[in-house]
This record gives sequence, structure tokens and C-alpha cells, in this order.
Amino acid sequence: MKGYNFAYLDEQTKRMIRRSLLKAVAIPGHQVPFGSREMPLPYGWGTGGIQVTASVLGAGDVLKVIDQGADDTTNAVSIRRFFARTAGVRTTTVTTEATVIQTRHRIPETQLRENQIIVYQVPQPEPLYRLEPSRVETRRMHALSDYGLMHVKLYEDIARYGQISISYDYPVLVNHRYLMSPSPIPAFDNPKMHMMPALQLFGAGREKRIYAIPPWTEVRSLDFEDHPFRAINAPYPCGLCGATDSYLDEVITDDRGGRIFVCSDTDHCSERQAAGHVGADGWQDAAQ
Amino acid sequence: MSDETLIAARGLSLRFGAIPALVDVDIDLWPGEMLAIVGESGSGKTSLLNVLSGRLAPDAGAVWYRDPSGQLHDVHTMPAPALRTLHRSDWGFVHQDPRQNLRMNVSAGGNVGERLMARGARHYGDIRGQAIDWLEQVEIDADRIDDLPRTFSGGMLQRLQIARTLVTHPRLVFMDEPTGGLDVSVQARLLDLIRGLVTRLGIAVVLVTHDIAVARLLAHRIAVMQRGRVVETGLTDQVLDDPQHPYTQLLVSSVLNA
Repeated sequence: MKGYNFAYLDEQTKRMIRRSLLKAVAIPGHQVPFGSREMPLPYGWGTGGIQVTASVLGAGDVLKVIDQGADDTTNAVSIRRFFARTAGVRTTTVTTEATVIQTRHRIPETQLRENQIIVYQVPQPEPLYRLEPSRVETRRMHALSDYGLMHVKLYEDIARYGQISISYDYPVLVNHRYLMSPSPIPAFDNPKMHMMPALQLFGAGREKRIYAIPPWTEVRSLDFEDHPFRAINAPYPCGLCGATDSYLDEVITDDRGGRIFVCSDTDHCSERQAAGHVGADGWQDAAQ
Repeated sequence: MSDETLIAARGLSLRFGAIPALVDVDIDLWPGEMLAIVGESGSGKTSLLNVLSGRLAPDAGAVWYRDPSGQLHDVHTMPAPALRTLHRSDWGFVHQDPRQNLRMNVSAGGNVGERLMARGARHYGDIRGQAIDWLEQVEIDADRIDDLPRTFSGGMLQRLQIARTLVTHPRLVFMDEPTGGLDVSVQARLLDLIRGLVTRLGIAVVLVTHDIAVARLLAHRIAVMQRGRVVETGLTDQVLDDPQHPYTQLLVSSVLNA
């Protein structure tokens, strides 16, 4: 019975999830139901993502887990350790070394490759749920690609705030057909999903839905011709590595208004620092 | 008026259990024509409207719609996406209660623009321009474009619903008691507005009402319904001034100054 129960889930469950994954890949952006299992972590901590990862993981894979861009936060450390123990796979924090990347809230800054899979943890797979409370109706809207309502939301934003005010979980249209929630990644990361060489899988454990974007698929963020989509980011370079093209976290450093902006992608930041890039606050760190 | 009907129904029948809602109903509507369906409560008026607009399937009979290219479509066998496309561009539906149609947590401008966006309009400036234009056409102050409908009065809500429906220039609008629940002066103003817009844009209307006065004011033709049957049909003035069927005679004589 060697190989049985590899990666925590039993083989029948993994077959069921893989069937849903295949269907999801065949219909890009379409939400496929699956029989979500109880996992040894609470809903909202990545039960969907962890089940998808368990189903695609093989013995030769190298796993990386990101939580808000960081490899060293509780969720990332726990899930990485979970698979190291239940599957015995090699884990890494280096984006380029990984073959499977499970993520929450971010896409790595490093461009992904064709032989990589990125698995997103999704709290709410239905992009229309705040606008239309009935799931029967939203399913009908998806079936008839009746997405005027999503544009009404964008219209309301512009009418009220002068711009589209969605900063994360920014709705996208996949392959000119399905409206999709990209999970709560910042809008800054949306362009990375477009024509990505890697396979993108999305798992929502509590909502029991799986969806996917196959490699090299068009993913367009919704917008208006005269109010085009803009990726929003803090207008500073990274305090540690000086990067100007990566997504930044604001970190409060003291109780007197001190703050620094640092790369949210810790792997990207440390690689840049190792290559000799230093930001304005990096010198201070070194001096201390 | 052209010889070709815009919408034609033949032999419509529908039962709700033991209750006959429609019994062998034939209806024809020509482009640009206003047809009033009158009758007492429970006579099958609203059922007829729902069957004509494809929202309710009949037990027997068929509804044929002629698209702008002259092709006929059976409303009840056409694919669901095609029917929805019809409903959000070529057709419109005005409910008695505007809250059924409007989105109460979306601004007036968003409400008017929704059909445009559903049809693929993706230019914010254009959508807003058309929304302002339509608010003015239904006599709502353009300053109120960003206000929520719940701050509007009943008459304004009904006018907003009409703007939202007519913004895509439909060829056919179904109206279910559009003036119900409004006071007399607001009703008169709304009727005036509907008549003006419909005549100017050449829209065909199927109007369901129990109010003979509304039918007389708006409709070219009238169909009188009783217990699911159309008992009399003809030009409005003809039917109301010289009713032939006993039920129509009763209906007309029971209304003061109709």
C-alpha cells in the first residue's frame, strides 16, 4: 500500500478533485462544484487551496507557500510544514525553484514558468455575490454571460469616487467569456494573470468551488474605455531593496509616525538584497 | 402601419390547476401600435402579458415575434440567451411597482445605464450622457443622477423605470398597470409622458390595465378579457362607445365618465 494517502487526502477524494480540476481547466473561469472535505485547519485559512494542492502534488514536486507575499508568516509556515510531513515533498521559499506554489493574496513578482502551477486560496468564488444575493440568479447570469451588473458597480464607483475604487479582488473576464473573482489579490497583480505561462488553479473550500485559468489564457480586468484599469501601488521604492516595480506593504516602525514601505514578496526582496540592491531604509538596518 | 405583425399569438391556453387563466387567446400587435388589455382582476390580463413576453410558458399555443430583419421567432422555443438578449435590448417591461425593476441601492444614473452596459456599452462618459438625457426626457432633474432611488417619490420612481426601460430604444414594451398606485394628478402627468415618448419613438406597447380611462387615453386598440377569454377586441373608441359583448357593456357602464 505504498503511496496510499500520499499528501493527506485519500485517493478517492483526490480523484474527485482532479475531475473537477480537469473540468475547470476545460472551461476557463467557470466555477465547478466539488465535495470539499474537512481539513485540519479552519475555513478561511486555505482549506480550498490546500485540497487542490494535495490533489496536484507529486513526490517529485517542490512546494512553496505564500501568505500575503511572505514565506514566513503563520499560514505559510504551517501549510508548508503540513505537506513536508504528509507528502514528504521538498519545500522552498525560492519562487524559481518551486513547481507548485500555493498562495494567499499575492502572485510572486518573479514571472512564473510553464512547468509551474500556482494554487490560489479563495474565500468567495462568486464575483457577483455582493451585487446579486441569489445564487440561482448569478448562475443564470454566468450561463447567459449577462455581466451588465458588474459594470453597474464600476459605474457607481466612478460616479461616487471619480475612479474605480476596487483595490483587491478586482473582477476579471477570462477568455472573453466568464466573469471571475481573482481571489483577494491586489489589483496590482491582475495583469500578471493575463497570458501567464503557468497553470492557475483556484480552490474555495467553504464555498466548495474550483475554477482555473489554463496557461496562456487572456485575462482582462473590467474597465471603461475612458476609465481604463489602473494597477494601484504605494508611490515609493522598497525600503530594503529599492525596488520600484514590486507591490509594497506599509510597515509601522514606531509610535511616532515612523513607517517604511517594503516589498510584500519576501523572496523577491531578499533575492534583490542578495544581489546587492539596497533601499533607503536598508542602510539603517545594516548600521543598527 | 405595415402589414406585418410585430408580435402574434395563436391559441394561447394556460391553466393554474382548475383555474383557466387563458383560453384559446389570439393577439396581434403591429409596429408602433398601442394595445390595451382590460378586464377585471383575475381575468388573465397579467398572465397574458407574461406569456407574450416569454416569462411564462403556455400549455398550448405559440407566440411569434418578428425581429428587425423580418425573421419570425417562436418566443417559447427560442434559446434562453436569445430571449434574454431580446429582453434587454429590443423589448422592455414596465412593472406596476417600480421597485421590482429598479435597483434601489444603485444611483438613478446607474439604473438608467444598466441596460446600455448589459448591451456592451463600455464608455463611462457616453453612458452618463445618455442617462442625463433620459432623466431629462422623463422630467427628472439631471442633478439627481447620483441620488439613490429610495430618495425619489412614487411618480419619480415610475418615470425612472420608464427611462431605464426606454434607454435602449426598444421596439416593444410590455406595461403592467404603469399608473397603478399613483394619485390622480401624478397619473395624468405620467400618462402624458408615456403617450409623448411612445408616439415620438414609435414604440409598440402592450398595456395591461383595469382602468378604462387609461386605455381610452393611450391605446389604439383594446382587447377585453373575461375569465381567460378575449371577449371583444377592436379600435378603442369603437369598443368603448359601442360595446357589443354584454361583459364589455357592463364594464363600460360601470365606469363614471369613461
